[in-house]
Amino acid sequence: MKRDKLVAFLFILPSIVLVGIFVYGFIGWTGVVSFVNWRDVFPDYTFVGFRNYIRLFGNYRFLISMKNTAIFTFLFLVSSVSIGLLLAILLDRKVRFEGFFRTIYLFPMAISFVVTGVVWRWLLNPGTGGESIGINLLFEKIGLSFLKSGWYTDPNIGIKAVVIPAVWQMSGYVMALYLAGMRSIPTELYEAAQLDGASVYQVYRYIVLPLLRPITLGAVIILGHISLKIFDLVFSMTGSGIGFSCDVPALFMYDTTFRGNYFSQGAAVSIVLLLLVSALIVPYMVYTIRSEVRR
Amino acid sequence: MKTTRVLLYLVLLFFVIFYLLPVYVLLVTSLKSFQEVSLKTMWNLPTRPSFESFVRAWKGDKAKGLRGLSQNFMNSVYLTIPATLISTLLGAMNGYVLTKWRFRYSNLIFAILLYGMFIPYQSVLIPLVRVMQKIKLYGTLPGLIMTHCVFGIPITTLIFRNYYSTIPTELIEAAKIDGADFLKIFTRIVLPVSPPAFAVAAIWQFTSIWNDFLFGLVVTPNPAVQPITVALNNLAGSYFVEWNIQMAGALLTALPTLLVYIFLGRFFIRGLIAGSLSGT
Repeated sequence: MKRDKLVAFLFILPSIVLVGIFVYGFIGWTGVVSFVNWRDVFPDYTFVGFRNYIRLFGNYRFLISMKNTAIFTFLFLVSSVSIGLLLAILLDRKVRFEGFFRTIYLFPMAISFVVTGVVWRWLLNPGTGGESIGINLLFEKIGLSFLKSGWYTDPNIGIKAVVIPAVWQMSGYVMALYLAGMRSIPTELYEAAQLDGASVYQVYRYIVLPLLRPITLGAVIILGHISLKIFDLVFSMTGSGIGFSCDVPALFMYDTTFRGNYFSQGAAVSIVLLLLVSALIVPYMVYTIRSEVRR
Repeated sequence: MKTTRVLLYLVLLFFVIFYLLPVYVLLVTSLKSFQEVSLKTMWNLPTRPSFESFVRAWKGDKAKGLRGLSQNFMNSVYLTIPATLISTLLGAMNGYVLTKWRFRYSNLIFAILLYGMFIPYQSVLIPLVRVMQKIKLYGTLPGLIMTHCVFGIPITTLIFRNYYSTIPTELIEAAKIDGADFLKIFTRIVLPVSPPAFAVAAIWQFTSIWNDFLFGLVVTPNPAVQPITVALNNLAGSYFVEWNIQMAGALLTALPTLLVYIFLGRFFIRGLIAGSLSGT
């Protein structure tokens, strides 16, 4: 028995040590870097207090990237959750070839954001010299020319155009979450409601949707934290864009740190990003583990 | 009733078109020959399908200074397979201990491990590069493999913990009474029922490691060592590379995970749902 406990401990020890170093140790280290004066290839650990953070919140590009992230997150969440919910409800209506539809809607989740970025960069490219290409060309062909736009190359649109591929990639995921949730609702509930004369609309409005509230919460938190961290898609599709109109904090961090060698400034960005993500994810994690214990 | 059904299918079809639009462009473009490629005809089908673009994207073109993706594709293979296996195995070990050999702080330990999957990796990149340089693994595949093993631990632990909590504890208790020890219970009782969890965890890890971009970008600056996602981005980022080659490269990059999704999608979806922490 004693020996078993020791072996059990040895089983999880490697993971605890590795995660302890690579996650917690490294975060602590990044935290330290954010308070020093490391702004060159060579490390400089002279303590400068909050200077990097103060400079950050006076930095034009950083402020734009934060504003972009707010806009992006809002649009991305609203669109993905509504499309995901719509598709789940439709597929729940005893659709023929449901498996086929589901497979199509979810496949973008299986491919890399970089592939998505490379393809959509061309689809949402307005072209040069008045010749339409990509989506604009398609709109022209099917008589919807009024929908033509400069997409991500238009500084007034910028990051909002990146929402389209992001929704393309992630909305199927929300659909899968909702579908799994709907399938776990006992069918007796539906039948009882229908016997009582409830319409399809009423069944969804008063029975299904309230039961799906925890799933909406989960989807919003998971997508929200992905959205705050978004990097690959923006990096491969648009870069920071004209006048930083497509910039996001993760990209700003990469440029500052690995292209500009302003390590301390980059570290400060990562810590801000980490705090934002944690504010969203930690309560949800604690809540999930607690409710599981209660069960 | 009839009209609502028709409407329902029309909406579903509209979304099929939306999701398949980029795939259509990828396919028709990468099947066009060099002479036929023009952005103005990007929606047209190829008149004479050719695999020329795939060959060029795969092999490259020395004369034009175009790096092919073949080496990077293999890098991704050599990276993804060991990292998937190791992180999956670690997850199984953790899941077993955290469900069947619970101790006072096992939930806390679980939460501590789990948090690692949600952090923005930007917050570990600077130390990661420094440490990799110190232990001489910077710019190497083993360095990248190690990184992926560590950052895979949270999700694999979660998947196995979910799965193992469905194994009745009575079964384990009975085995203990019969004198089976920790390892014997793991190898004789737990592992034999684990293949579904291994499938879910391994497929999830395969997909996310293959698709990773950030770690590859930061840990392996040398083009000869880079995984395919980073190489694709470089390929697509240089303006002299023709558009059809970019699309063929994108398709080559997406192919392995797409095949896994098409044939083993069931397991992939279970990984997705586990990752949202909502139910099992």
